[in-house]
Amino acid sequence: MIRQIVLPGTFLAEAGSKKAGKGTFIENNAIYSARLGILEERGDYINVIPLSGAYEPSIGDTVIGIVEEAMRNAWLIDINAPYPALLGVEESPWKINYGETAKYLKAGEMVIAVIARIDEARNIELTMKSKPCRKIEDGFIIEIQPTKVPRVIGKNASMLSVIKKYTGCWIFVGQNGRIWLKCPDERLGLAIEAIRKIESEAHTVGLTQRIEKMLRDRNG
Amino acid sequence: MDMFGKISAVKKDYLLGLAKEGKRVDGRGFDEYREITIERNVIKNAEGSAKVKIGNTMVMAGIKLEIGEPYPDSPEEGTMTTSVELPPLASPEFEPGPPTPDAIEIARVIDRGIRESEYIHLDKLVVEPGEKVWIVFIDIHVLDYDGNLFDAGSLAASAALQNAIIPNERHELGDNAPLPVGKPPISCTFVKFGDSIVVDPNLDEEQVAEARFTVALDENGDIRATQKGLAGSFTLDEIKNNINRARIHAKNIRKLLEE
Amino acid sequence: MGELIKNGIRVDGRKPDELRRIKIEAGVLYRADGSCYLEWGGNKILAAVYGPREALPRHIQDPTKALVNARYNMASFSVQERKRPGPDRRSTEISKVTSEALEAVIFTELFPRTTIDINIEVLDAEAGTRCAGITAAAVALADAGIPMRDIPVACAAGKVDGVVVLDLTREEDQGGEADLPIAIAPRSEEILLLQMDGHLTYKEFEEAIELAIKGAKQVSKLQKEALMRKYKKVE
Repeated sequence: MIRQIVLPGTFLAEAGSKKAGKGTFIENNAIYSARLGILEERGDYINVIPLSGAYEPSIGDTVIGIVEEAMRNAWLIDINAPYPALLGVEESPWKINYGETAKYLKAGEMVIAVIARIDEARNIELTMKSKPCRKIEDGFIIEIQPTKVPRVIGKNASMLSVIKKYTGCWIFVGQNGRIWLKCPDERLGLAIEAIRKIESEAHTVGLTQRIEKMLRDRNG
Repeated sequence: MDMFGKISAVKKDYLLGLAKEGKRVDGRGFDEYREITIERNVIKNAEGSAKVKIGNTMVMAGIKLEIGEPYPDSPEEGTMTTSVELPPLASPEFEPGPPTPDAIEIARVIDRGIRESEYIHLDKLVVEPGEKVWIVFIDIHVLDYDGNLFDAGSLAASAALQNAIIPNERHELGDNAPLPVGKPPISCTFVKFGDSIVVDPNLDEEQVAEARFTVALDENGDIRATQKGLAGSFTLDEIKNNINRARIHAKNIRKLLEE
Repeated sequence: MGELIKNGIRVDGRKPDELRRIKIEAGVLYRADGSCYLEWGGNKILAAVYGPREALPRHIQDPTKALVNARYNMASFSVQERKRPGPDRRSTEISKVTSEALEAVIFTELFPRTTIDINIEVLDAEAGTRCAGITAAAVALADAGIPMRDIPVACAAGKVDGVVVLDLTREEDQGGEADLPIAIAPRSEEILLLQMDGHLTYKEFEEAIELAIKGAKQVSKLQKEALMRKYKKVE
């Protein structure tokens, strides 16, 4: 039921036999794991898929952000990363007069945004010009470990479809580990329970089937 | 808006909406505590200790006794002092440094409950009248913060005092003896947001709370200490209702302490 | 002399090269990004990691790497004579050498402008708290998903009644001739922390440090087992 788990410093392969991929490093001609995660061999590459850790922003990610501060011509947005991100007025969906940012987005409000740029000093800029981007006005947000996001979505969004099917919830998963749920009465709790179960069992196989069974049983 | 970090407006709206329907974010009823566990005698170097969990909140209380001078106005009584530490281990929002006003408030409310219910028999802690008495140090160390430190801290302090000893041997005063205690105070905390008042707030609820109320009750259900906190307010009826609700909770929590 | 070791057996019944009982549990706290609870003899330690997160205030940020900020703290009730809350010179020094020992294995360059905060709370103390603290902190770092070259581990050796021994108790620390705590990266055996006080000949020093490395490698196994155990828990 468990895929192979490796730890920081675990020897993975001789450097000649494989290529060092994500989550690994080379020392004295050997490839080692840099973190706690699941071993994955893909083509020539040997990767370690992390099981825990902070959200590492990358360009094109769709994230859910909380406004920290409305500045004169931009907003400072917490995207659950080690660094806050900037959303300039020109990247917002609104036409805004100088100094009127807070009319549209105030501290504490939430948005769906896309990471547009990251520079070497890790300054992050967001845009809300593309499709899923919007201000979040209702529903509920939960935070999960960002490393578990791919499991909550599942292959071809299979896991997400299962949760949606049995709960009737509308669910949006940000790459940064924040999840927006809008559920019919009584169903939010069940949806959250399913997501938490996926989060804690992300490293196991056969998870989609187990989640489906749980949801089916609980549906009565 | 809140004392322990930022909260999204969406979360606040959601909690308020749920409360209007009589529901809480973790599925509890308004009058339901999270699961409480008490583990006693966990620290060897302490004269008494207890680890208390209320849901995900975890605190450790340790009791130390030292010999010192009595207060001039009560020469034939030992003394007690209560401290609360909010170390950065317990929450991403806690910072190292001297006690914050939040930590001091929690410590003082817990202290009043213990003192006013005469839980520790301070008159039996005299070594030499007017000269030397025992000082009881109650140190509450928060380990994991998910709301309601008033009740978790108070319960940990009470449980730790229950099994504490007087370390006579270390001071060549004869055999160690149990710390003389009576019946513990039981603390019950409520928060109000919108028109709803819930007991045992978790972190989400504390973050949206407008007003907070803590009452410490003795074994007769009499009131020994109260504290209203935060910038919102309660009506007198709400306060009375809180106290009556607390009386029921206190009975159940007292059973856990007496197990 | 001859009070603490009799017929090759120490006061607590151990042989000179034997460790005290050690228990490690990974991922025990709800709020922390990574955590560890560790019992080592009479020591009880809780370690929590937060980060990498933005280093604040901004002027402390390093544009090239993450700051590693360990804070060693003893609870007031963790020692026989109540300790006043807050840092003293001893805990400040331990925090500093602990931060440096752990930073040695962390890929800090991956997270410029951030801080990785490591909080070590000593809840019950019985000699060797700095080694126990580093050992717990290393497990918490791995649990938090911090990229590292290795999982550091610490252990002390010393000299008691003229004999080089592993992992001193409080009595041995107080009545012995020397204490030598070390931390290593167990894979390469690089030394990340080394302190010593007392009196050792060069030969005894060699013997003690080799014994401490041997002990640390045994503890390293327990750290790894604890991390694996956390992820084997499936209903």
